Parts: sequence; structure tokens; C-alpha cells
Amino acid sequence: MATFTLRLRRYDPESGGPPYWDEHTVELDSHRSVLEGILQAKGRFDGSIGIRCSCRAAICGSCGVRINGQPGLACHTHLDDALASAADGVIEVEPMGNMPVIKDLIVDMDAVHWKKIQEITPWLINREPIPEREYLVPRDAMVDVTQSMACIQCGACVSDCLAMEVDSQFVGPAALAKAYRFVGDPRDAEPFERLRHLAENPDGMYSCTHCFKCVDACPKGVNPMGQIMRLRRIANDDYDIEDRNNGYRHEHAFVKNIRRNGLLHEADLLPDSYGGKFHPRAVPELLSSLPVVIRGLLRRKITPAKALLHPHKASKEVRAIFDHVESEPKRYELNLYVSGDDKDNEPAGAVAEGAKQ
Amino acid sequence: MKVAYWPGCVSRGFTPELHGAMAAVAPLLDIELLELDRASCCGAGVIAEHNQELADTLNARTFALAQQTDGALMMNICSTCQGAQSECQERLDANAVYREHINATISSEGLHYEQGVTNKNLLWLLVEDIGLDAVRQKVKRPLTNLRVGPFYGCYIIRPAARIGIDADHPRHTYLEQLIEALGGTVIDYAGSHKCCGFPIITMNKTASLKQAGRHLGDAVDADADCLVTPCPLCHLNLDLQQPLAAAVVGRELAMPVLHLPQLLGLALGLEPKELGLGRHIVKPRSVIDWSQSVVAAAAA
Repeated sequence: MATFTLRLRRYDPESGGPPYWDEHTVELDSHRSVLEGILQAKGRFDGSIGIRCSCRAAICGSCGVRINGQPGLACHTHLDDALASAADGVIEVEPMGNMPVIKDLIVDMDAVHWKKIQEITPWLINREPIPEREYLVPRDAMVDVTQSMACIQCGACVSDCLAMEVDSQFVGPAALAKAYRFVGDPRDAEPFERLRHLAENPDGMYSCTHCFKCVDACPKGVNPMGQIMRLRRIANDDYDIEDRNNGYRHEHAFVKNIRRNGLLHEADLLPDSYGGKFHPRAVPELLSSLPVVIRGLLRRKITPAKALLHPHKASKEVRAIFDHVESEPKRYELNLYVSGDDKDNEPAGAVAEGAKQ
Repeated sequence: MKVAYWPGCVSRGFTPELHGAMAAVAPLLDIELLELDRASCCGAGVIAEHNQELADTLNARTFALAQQTDGALMMNICSTCQGAQSECQERLDANAVYREHINATISSEGLHYEQGVTNKNLLWLLVEDIGLDAVRQKVKRPLTNLRVGPFYGCYIIRPAARIGIDADHPRHTYLEQLIEALGGTVIDYAGSHKCCGFPIITMNKTASLKQAGRHLGDAVDADADCLVTPCPLCHLNLDLQQPLAAAVVGRELAMPVLHLPQLLGLALGLEPKELGLGRHIVKPRSVIDWSQSVVAAAAA
């Protein structure tokens, strides 16, 4: 048995007072969870501490919180691990971010998380005709979508999403991972409509900033950002959905830019992402960038030659790689979630053999 | 120390001061740069979004070119290159069948990628290979009283497992360690490990600039003299786009943003001009004034 001090973020909107910190010292074995620590504090010292929980086994997704600033499940974080990451020997527990606080550690999941899940039509739309017996799905396709099916809707990724921090309308990582669960499912009848909706929505899949926060936040290995990249790839390259948010144009402009130049030519990328230098979409963007361009020219950051020309051209070897890979009839996509790592797949004997060397 | 040097695209494009500053500080740290001038763009995550195999092949080619040199390892000066290349390397190193498929494509050029290239950002090389004690000994102009806010860039700190962050390699703390080793004062502010917003500048401009503006504003509120970043793409949103970001968040910012080799160079005794500090959109007046006051104090 060891003692742990918890510093809990408390807030009761009905009191009219501001949030405050509250410390309690609990006694528990170090392998017990932060949730058990909170429940002991609630049971022994202050019954008014607000925490939502149910299964206590990382299945129900109820007890999402921030522990020492990092999102996670209180029931899935050992006290000794939490202590190791504490800045000052006290385990700090706060409610999740990007969602309004109802009381203490309880956030309003309905107002944000569930609302966004509803936006993506979170059910399978059957392909017709429905077979008399079961649908047969290729193994790899099924394993692939099980990664997003592993989501327990705890909200940890929503809590830490850096795009939602500045754009509360962004559909967010949990809902987009859920969307891939259906887009990637061969039984779903409407992947195109799903993708078109997410591509055309100004706060849809192209508002993901690629910050990897959701990847690290997820306690179940769902890799929401990886699912978002798949959604974009399928929308752009399988369905050619040319959206109004420049998602399609930006990707294609970037790829074309590198095929031509080998190295990125920034001066072309911006206008090309809007449809080309003289496109009505690009003109206001270029005009709004003009003061910066002039300052860049004056400071010799940008030279006229660099802005207009690009001294670097892709070698024939680099262009050959583009031509070769792009001419393949089907994209070769290694999915480590499906295939695993060679090291994990070696038979036990082979590992022992390797260890001898 | 000899390294296969990958400067990336932007250091030779819209942040030429970064490329120049790296060339200026390398000899002071006994780093010999073997520049990979035949290599191509890492794809910055966008090519992988389009076609993973294409990004993996281009980066396998870069790794193979690095392995052909006699450099001890491959070094980059861009958080985004680090992250995008680490992602491709993860797939290439995980699966022998896939690796050979990719190698078959680059073999026409006589290249072959051997599993397990060591590819490190300058920041990691400074802490893990050169060592902060050795860096400290080379400091000629300690950054005394210079208040510096670290700004990492997402790709160099997440996902933690792929980026190699563990108890022995707390890579998400290296900028703070380095600023201290150079004699500066680390500024703690909310944005240091957040996203600059650059990847969505053409897709959701307001959100992108709000991200940059908010972090810069937090640094202003924390009384920072400047920010320092190992990522030239972050530099584009934080410096080049700063006037637009200031308009979006509705406040004056005027926060200088230095590239990592520039801050390093100042501490190693180079002059602001040699490090291209005059080429920024937001002129780092506070830093230039500070460097002159240090010289004046030394002369007095």
C-alpha cells in the first residue's frame, strides 16, 4: 500500500463560483488505477466530487479525463505511472478539453462528441440487394475497419484535437474515424456520398491539421488521423471529388509540383491549390498575400527569380518513380495494422535463432 | 562528425536564411555536411496522403543516397521532413517483402535501401550525438537574459512511439534543454508543442491563422523575446504569415521567430547578419538589440 496525492479540478456551475483545485491523499496499491484513487477520495473525504465511470476496465469509455495534462481513461492509468509523469509529485486530474464542463471531471459529451458522431450517419447503409445469407467480406478489409471499430467513444481524441481548439465546428477525429469505419466497409452502399459530404463541408475532413494529437491520445490504438488520411486518399484518388475547400486541388498540385521540380516550389503551390494563378479563386488569395510578398522581396527572403522560376527540376530518375508507381493498376498500401511487423510475425524459433547471433 | 545532410525543400525555397545559417554553424560544431543534392522532397505527408507507395519510394531513395555516403548518419533540419520520413521508414523497416518491392523500383538507379537508416533532426543530433556539455563549451555569447519560447512542430514530437520518445530519449524536451545549455531563459507558454496550422492554410485559412496567431499571442503574453523552431514550415506560418495571423486574432504580435541554427549561431558567436536574421518578415529587432547590448557590455 502506498499514498498518492491527487489534485482534482473542481467546478460546480450551480455555485456561481470559478473552478478551483482540490487535493486529497489516498492509500492504494500502486498498480491500482487513478479512477480508484478518485473514487476513494469521493468515498472517504468528499462525496460531491463529480466523476463519470462504469466498467472500470477500459471498455465503456466513460471515465475520459486529462491526467497531468494528457488525455486518457482514469480506469486505464495506473497510479504509479501517473505519479511518474507528474511534475511535482502530485497527480493532476482535469476534465477533458474542447467540451463544456458539466461538473468537476464530467464533460458534456452530448454537446460536442455525440453531436459530431451523428453528423456522419453512424450506421451501415446496406448494399442492395441484401443477400439471403451473410455478406462475405475479404479478411483484410474486415481487419482494416476493426481498427476504427475499436473506438470506445471516450472522447480523448476530441479532448486534445488542436483543430477543434480553434474551430469548434470541425467534425473532429472521433467522428472521422467512425466515418472511415463505413467508407472502408465493402458492405456499405454510399461511400461516395459520405465522402462528398465530408469533403464539401468547410469544417470536414480537410480541416484536420495533421498534428497527430489524436493518435497519441487514443487509449485503444484507433489512429484517427490515419483513418482521416485514408478518407482523403479515397475521396481524391478513387472518387475524384473536387471539393470547394481545395483539399483535392492542394493534394494534386503538391504531387504535380514535386513530379516537375523534385523539390517543392512554394510560389506555384499556393495559386495551384486554388486552381491556378489566374483562377478567380486564386486572385483574391494572391492579392491578400501581396504585402507579405513585397516585404519578402525587400528583405531578400524571396527573389523575383525564385518567385517566378524554380531553379530545381526533378531528375529523370525521380520522374520515373512517379510514372512507375502512378501507373500501377492498384495502389499498393502496406497497412501495418493488418500485416503487423516482421518482428511480431516471426515464429518463436526464428526469434530465438536471431537472439543467438 | 560527418553527416549525410538533407536540407529539405523550404530551407532552399522560402526560408533561405535557414540553409545559410546551418552552413555557417556546422564548422563551429565540427559537423561536416555531405549534402544530398540528388534527393527529392519528403512529401510532407501530402504525397503519402495521395499514395503511400510513392512517398515510401521517394524516401527510400533519399535514405539509399544517404547510405551511399560515408556519413555517420543522416541529418535533417526540418521537423516535417523528420516526421514524414520517419513514417515511411516505419513501413519500410517493418516488412521485408514491401522493402524489396520498393527497392526493385529504385534499383534501376543502382540504389538499394538497407533497413534501419539513422535519420536525425539537428536538434536530436545536438543532444544525443554531440552532447549538450560539448555544445555548452563552444558557446561564445551565452544567451543571457534572452527569453526564448520553444516551438517544436508536430511532426518531430508525435506520434511519440514512432518519433522514438521514451524515458531515455525525452525528445519533446530537447529544445528547452538546448536553450538552457546556450544560456538562455526558457519561456513556458501554451503553444510550444501545438500545431502552427500550416498544413491547412489553403483548406481552412481562418483556423490555420488562428492557430498561429494564438500561439504567437501566448508567447507575447509570456513576455518572450523570440520563439525558436526546428521546422521551416512552422516558420512560414509563424513568421511569413504573421501579419495575416495578427489580423485574424485581432492583436499586434511582432514576435520574432528564429530557426534553430540561427539561435545556435548567435550563441556560438556569429553575427545576426551572418545568420540571415534580416531576412525574416518579422524583423527580430529584440534579438538583434540583445546581441548588440551583449557586445556593448563585453566592451565596457
